[in-house]
Amino acid sequence: MIDLANLPPVAFEEFRNMIVSAVKAGARLNALFGAVLPKAGAPGSDAKQVTGDLRLFAVLAQDSAGTLNVTSTLVGDAYPALTPDCPQAHWFEREIAEQWGVKPEGHPWLKPIRFHRSYREGRDAWTRSAEIAIQPGVVNFFTMTGDEVHEVSVGPVHAGIIEPGHFRFQCHGEKVYHLEISLGYQHRGVERALVGGPDKRTIPYMETLAGDTTIGYALAYCEAVEALAGCRVPARAQTLRAIALELERLANHTGDIGALAGDVGYLPTANFCGRIRGDFLNMTALICGNRFGRGLVRPGGILFDLDETRRMELSKRLRQAGEDVSNAIELLWEAPSVRSWFDNTGTVSRETALELGLVGVAARASGIERDVRAQFPSGIYRFAHIPVSLYHTGNVFSRAHVRWMEIQRSIAFIFDQLKVLPEGPVRTPTGPLAANCAVVSLTEGWRGEICHVALTDAAGRFAHYKVVDPSFHNWMGLALALRDQQISDFPLCNKSFNLSYCGHDL
Amino acid sequence: MLKALLARAHQKHRTIGFPQQPPVLPDRLRGRPEIDVALCPKDCHVCADVCPTDAISVDEKGLRLDLGRCLFCPECVQACPEGAIRFTTEHRLAASFRDALILGDKEFQLAKALDEKSRKLFGRSLKLRQVSAGGCNGCEADVNVLNTVVFDLGRFGIQFVASPRHADGLLVTGPVTQNMELALRKTYDAVPSPKLVIAVGACAISGGPYIGHSEQRNGVGGIVPVDLLIPGCPPHPITILDGLLRLLGKMDASEGSAAGKSPG
Repeated sequence: MIDLANLPPVAFEEFRNMIVSAVKAGARLNALFGAVLPKAGAPGSDAKQVTGDLRLFAVLAQDSAGTLNVTSTLVGDAYPALTPDCPQAHWFEREIAEQWGVKPEGHPWLKPIRFHRSYREGRDAWTRSAEIAIQPGVVNFFTMTGDEVHEVSVGPVHAGIIEPGHFRFQCHGEKVYHLEISLGYQHRGVERALVGGPDKRTIPYMETLAGDTTIGYALAYCEAVEALAGCRVPARAQTLRAIALELERLANHTGDIGALAGDVGYLPTANFCGRIRGDFLNMTALICGNRFGRGLVRPGGILFDLDETRRMELSKRLRQAGEDVSNAIELLWEAPSVRSWFDNTGTVSRETALELGLVGVAARASGIERDVRAQFPSGIYRFAHIPVSLYHTGNVFSRAHVRWMEIQRSIAFIFDQLKVLPEGPVRTPTGPLAANCAVVSLTEGWRGEICHVALTDAAGRFAHYKVVDPSFHNWMGLALALRDQQISDFPLCNKSFNLSYCGHDL
Repeated sequence: MLKALLARAHQKHRTIGFPQQPPVLPDRLRGRPEIDVALCPKDCHVCADVCPTDAISVDEKGLRLDLGRCLFCPECVQACPEGAIRFTTEHRLAASFRDALILGDKEFQLAKALDEKSRKLFGRSLKLRQVSAGGCNGCEADVNVLNTVVFDLGRFGIQFVASPRHADGLLVTGPVTQNMELALRKTYDAVPSPKLVIAVGACAISGGPYIGHSEQRNGVGGIVPVDLLIPGCPPHPITILDGLLRLLGKMDASEGSAAGKSPG
């Protein structure tokens, strides 16, 4: 947490150079966003009004050192884009252009990402008329020309029970030369609604930013608020939060491996894992009554304690599910047809993954040691370490294998924690939030790094609240994984990333 | 191959006995809420004040709770000084029309079965197209789970299909974002008549946590006619299954009550 007074805007050139050179030297862009802050010392002004200068903020991580840097600058109607010198800024600069109606000049791929009007009335980075409705997915896609070249268009409504998104493939025969992903269908205006909070809707917003990551998101939010309030969460609550976060990872990783098996037609593992995923969800429900952990994590701690009967029951169920999931997944590795399909599909090289700034399973499966739990630990992870699960081949197998390693380590972690569950309360009052401050909160959700940046005003309310879902970094990784692949392998590649639509669209 | 068979034996038979047998539900499940207004102090509206979606309202007519807006979050129970409001583990929540979801002085009316003609059409084979229109992947996930061996939706003749042209109706989740409105309308139009629409979750019924946002449409009801509403955030899979079976007339009013409670 830093006082905004200690974070004066620097000159734009300095801002740009600092980011470009830091990223070249191995740093990573966790967040790059715009905000219009109320003038300092003007409490009571309407927090939702958006007039004034646009300020850009950047959060940079040095993963190996475990340090974060925050910098900011002021920009006018346009500025020289960072993306040509820093591909990690690509998606962020499209977001800034769309939200604030400024133009990052020289951006090679400047298209909307969510298809909504700018937050500042009358400003539009594409000078679109205010009279004409903005249609999602209506944009000039990159195209390829030539004999027998064809285009395949998929979505927004998909064949299965999944969220909406649009995928446009440029193909020659079966082979995909380029995939462009156009999202925004799930945009429900959460970030803007968070301004002026926290209020009674803040927690439901957080728990549904990506509903399959309820614990991850609620935790990132609560840790941000607790830092602003100077609140120390009781040890028992910290441990139970981590148990819930690992259960969330277990459920999703198990479901993902099952779905990968299903996509190559290996039905035993697909069916077993589909069921075992539910067993993990039911363990979360054992703690708090809801399979996704709704209602569990709150600022200052948690709302449901684990009594002794429940602790024993959870251990028992975890042991059984652990045996079942090993049985189901080891079967998958023994099928040569599965291995050869997984091995030869959807490769993202380490260099590409570094350049794009991938996070989570996708990064670790391309050989990048990147895990918030190890490098920026908070709560119980400061004392109880989980080894980073790494594999180097960058393909579908690698992403499945990293999940499998993480499943085993999460189970071991929960067992350890259940044995040494600290005594004491599970919640403490939080108190008011510090005024005119900025806080960065990182959580390793099951998809990867969740980054929240909260900026408070003079009254200690949110002047701006930035949410970066791991998918925000990783959708481009999926697009590149599809290059030179058979279009029929799209479902398999897609599932191996399993990115969030609503977490991206916000 | 032998290993696959051994694994099959290890994994056992897992399909639940519901609806013939009562479902096993978590003992902390937040199912249908119950309010004992006799305990409410005069002029107290603490529960209404903390409700994130204004599902609770208190006025001269008394206290009402709109299950269509309710997120089943614990805030009201935590806030009530008298313990007048509590969640039961009653999982049966589906209703046939919007007003039925407003709990107050009248008895809660569970969803009614389709008329005989519709039951003849859909009762033994119901194909649904799922449309996520701003859903957070919570409802989607717990609809999807009905396809696992645990719930085995296929045994009731219900199946999710990959094209609206193959479907008898839509199952919609999410508040219907502005960016999904057209896609939802087009998908609806592409389903041959007669057709059904099922709204699953607080978002699809009322907008849920996003009620009032200009980026969405406060649920499915304003876009296409809805035949079945299943509240929750997200509803438990058993709640969804119970709703679907009620619609098809495969449950009578007393069937499938939650008698078997064990932790989890």
